[in-house]
Parts: sequence; structure tokens; C-alpha cells
Amino acid sequence: MASLLHDIQHHSVTIAAPLPLDSGQVLSSVTIAYQSYGALNADKSNAVLICHALTGDQYVASDHPATGKPGWWARMVGPGKPIDTDRFHVICANVLGSCMGTSGPASPDAATGAPLGMAFPVITITDMVRAQAMLLDHLGISRLHAVVGGSMGGMQTLAWAATYPDRLASALVIASAARHSAQNIAFHEVGRQAIMADPDWQDGQYYGSARAPTKGLAVARMAAHITYLSEEGLTEKFGRRLQARDIKSFGFDADFQVESYLRHQGLAFTDRFDANAYLYITRAMDYFDLADPHDGRLAGAFAGAKDVRFTLVSFDTDWLYPTSESRRVVQALQSVGAAASFVELSAPFGHDSFLLDVPALDRLVAGSLRSGLI
Amino acid sequence: MKLRPDLAIIADAVPRASRVLDVGCGDGELMAALQGKGVDARGLEIDPDNVTAAIARGQSVVQGDANRDLADYPDDAFDYAILSQTLQTTERPDRVVDELLRIAPRAFVSFPNFAHWRVRLALLWNGRMPVTRLLPVAWYETPNIHHVTVSDFRDLVRAKGIKVERVWHLSGDRPASDAAASWRAEHAIFLISR
Repeated sequence: MASLLHDIQHHSVTIAAPLPLDSGQVLSSVTIAYQSYGALNADKSNAVLICHALTGDQYVASDHPATGKPGWWARMVGPGKPIDTDRFHVICANVLGSCMGTSGPASPDAATGAPLGMAFPVITITDMVRAQAMLLDHLGISRLHAVVGGSMGGMQTLAWAATYPDRLASALVIASAARHSAQNIAFHEVGRQAIMADPDWQDGQYYGSARAPTKGLAVARMAAHITYLSEEGLTEKFGRRLQARDIKSFGFDADFQVESYLRHQGLAFTDRFDANAYLYITRAMDYFDLADPHDGRLAGAFAGAKDVRFTLVSFDTDWLYPTSESRRVVQALQSVGAAASFVELSAPFGHDSFLLDVPALDRLVAGSLRSGLI
Repeated sequence: MKLRPDLAIIADAVPRASRVLDVGCGDGELMAALQGKGVDARGLEIDPDNVTAAIARGQSVVQGDANRDLADYPDDAFDYAILSQTLQTTERPDRVVDELLRIAPRAFVSFPNFAHWRVRLALLWNGRMPVTRLLPVAWYETPNIHHVTVSDFRDLVRAKGIKVERVWHLSGDRPASDAAASWRAEHAIFLISR
């Protein structure tokens, strides 16, 4: 329930400085909710920023306050884990435009106190990164040992290297891309239309009402969820098996296991995510193209980043952010002389592989964070 | 860990603090030795398990194919390019040599000498494609699709106007004399330059 979601208390700071946005609008102040793990060392040189994906949050390694489930990357982040909190001070902030305590469409209007809804300005991936930089300024961390992210988190990581190349030593980009493709945009548009076609959406002003566009949001999640899996994975997991029945119903119940699974995924999602935030963040991803300000030359985005060490990882079954997009980034990095590593890992889980049990990924993450450490 | 003899020679010959691309770097063994002397070493490697192992040991390695992906590196991106025991596996060795000397003014190229006496003898006596210590795989499944001899390589670089700065010959992992290297060297390492 959206109303319950917004009642959760998050650890956050409000920074009373203007945040100029790519759209030309300005946020007069910004609230950023974040979690941190591990101790910051005396010279503040061991900070690692983790950037989360579209529907992720700052609870990277702690139980989710709405669902009670373990953090989304608990297998990767913690004491003795690949992102070792015994060595690193790990920070993860809820992105701008999201719904877990950072400024977004559910935030109150400064004048009226009512939720902004669609009056919240459209934001970009780089705007998210600017907000994170403001948080780091607030925390007194001038330079990061590494920025790490998968999917949309990888986009933020690339935007970090393009926007603040002097503020990070290394960048780890997993299952991501430097631009959103027509196919990526198309899937997002399906999701947005599902939300906006739900009469309970009410032009985004549903916060005070008893109705929220949970049906639309669930359909958006169902469509998106398919893109996170591989056909091979879906077939293996569900095939054409029927759900809790022996014969077809000749109706429109969830006859197939895959239908039942998707319905469940869609519905569960609405307990932990806000529909307007979904609109804003998918829009930010669609606008993402790091080459755009450089006449389509991606290398131009990394002109200042030749001293950043990059590691890029793709997965062979990820058709949402395919290997070719990672290679394109690697080519741009090589052309500016940046130290870049790249590997395509084999994993059966499609785009979601970056969140799941892929031992080779663990080794890569640990190794790329270790390098350059004194 | 002890380096393979040809890699040890290359590691020794690369000057400190230079920039190096190791093409076909495997799991990064040579790069690790080079980093020990302050060399900025990067790698290109086709096998994802090797790439993963090299990155996991903290090295900069890109998964890619020497036949195609050298084109992604700008001119003079490195001081040295290294191609060890890989030339004979490439689709067009002549073009690969051109690429090496485009991205770096100097290159180390090492390969098993197909004119070594054991190879000659195997072919002469058995009439079959030789299977030796350095060329251990049968003809139908070998990755070595362009066998090359010391004399062949000298002819290629001469035809291209490429300078040979230095040559090392190896026999049974030991230095072999340059005299009669054509049949006595099991393995050759060339340092070539534009």
C-alpha cells in the first residue's frame, strides 16, 4: 500500500542547497536517504558508493523495511564478502525521484505541504549522480575508492565517471549501458502507459486518496520482470506447466505457472514501490545517453576519465543490456586511454544475473575493488 | 611462481615504467611480473575464465579477439605490444603484426618454430603433421592454423619494412645459439619495431 510505504522512516539528510537539474529546473533543497556499512578510515579514502537499480533502494545489505526481506545485494556486501565492509565504508543512497526517503514525486510541496505528484520535475541519471555528490560533500568525502552499480546503477556509475572523474578511483559497471536503446525505451513506455491508464492513478494525485494505481503498477512490473529474465530461464523454471491444476480451465485464471508467478511479482511490487516514482525513474533511464552532449561520440564523455580504472561486466543471457553495449563503452574508454577491463560472464538468469549467484562475478567484484588499494 | 622462459625473457626486456599491451595475456602471469617493475600493463584475452582470473588478481584485461579487437586501440596507445605464442593461431598473422605496430612502436612476437629439427624429422620420417611439446595438438583440432618458421617470420617483416631489433632463440626452455637457429630453435622471440 502506497500510504504505508510513505510512512516508513528512513535515515536521511536534507541539504538546503539548490540542485540544478538537466531539465533547467532547480530543486531548492534535496533530501537524501542512505545507508552506510563499515567504518570510514581516518583519511576518508576507503569509501565505496553503490548505486542501485530502477526498483532498488539504499537497503543494499540490510533488511527491507517494507518487506522484511534481506538487502538486495546482501550476498555481495558485508564483512568478508566481495564488497568487504571490514575494509570499505560502503554508502548506498536512494536515488533522486525514488520513494524510499529521497526527494521524489511523493515529497511535499514546500509551499503547501501536499505531495508534489507530477509537479516534481523530470530528472535524469546525471541529476541522481549530482544529488549523490551533494551527499558525499555533506559527509566530507571528496574522493571515492570506487563507484559500483548494476543495471541503472551502472548507468549512474558511468555518469559519475563522466561528471566527476576526479572524485573516483575506479568504476565497476555491471549489466549496463551508456544509453537506453529503442527497445529499452519501448518496454518502459508500456509500463508507464499501464500506470497512467489505471483510473486510480488520478493524474498522479493519488497520495491523499484511498485509491492508488496498484493494478497499473503491477502490470508495469510484470512486463518489466519478463525483460529481466532469459527465455531459457523462464522455460526451465516454468515451461508450460499448469498452476495448481491438472487441466486447463478454458478461462482467464492464471492457468500457467508463469502467469501465476508474474501476477505475484506484480502485486508484491506494489507493496514496496510508488507508481509515480516508477514513472520518473524510467523516464530518467530513457533520457540516458552519455554520448548525446558530445555529438554522439561516447569517448567525449570520458575525456576527463583516463585515470579512472573501469571494470565492465555483461552476461551472455542478458538481452536487455546486451554485451554489445558494454563493448561500446569499452571501446570508448580504450580510445581515451583509460584502464578498462571487460568480461562477458556466462549465467542463465538473464539481466537479473547481476543480483544472483554467479561466483565468477563475486571474484571479479572483489578483484576490481582490491586493485589500486594500497 | 616461475615464468615460462619466453615470458621471462620478455619481462626482462621491457623497460621500467613503460606502457604495455599483452595480447593473449592468459590469466595475467606476464602482466603480474611486469607490474612488479612498475610497468603499466594491460591485456587482451579471448577466454572468459582467463579474463575473470586476471581481473580478479587486479589487472586490466579486456575480453576480446586479437583478430578483430586490436582495431579498438588508438595509434601509439602503448610503448610495447606483446604477442606470445599466439601469432600462429590468428586468422591473418600479417595483419595482426601490422596492428601491433600501429598501437605501439615496438612489439615482442614469440612463436614455436615450425622448422625445428624435431618437426622436420617428424614430417620427413612419419609423413604426418608433427605433434610436439610446443605444438601438442593433432592437426584437426589444433588452434595453430598458421604454422610459421623463423625464416618465414624474417621474410614477412623484411617484406613489410619492419626492423628486427633483437631475437632470442630457445631450445628446451634454454637459450639456443643463433647459429643454425632455423633448425635448432624450438621457439623464437622477436623484438620488432616500425
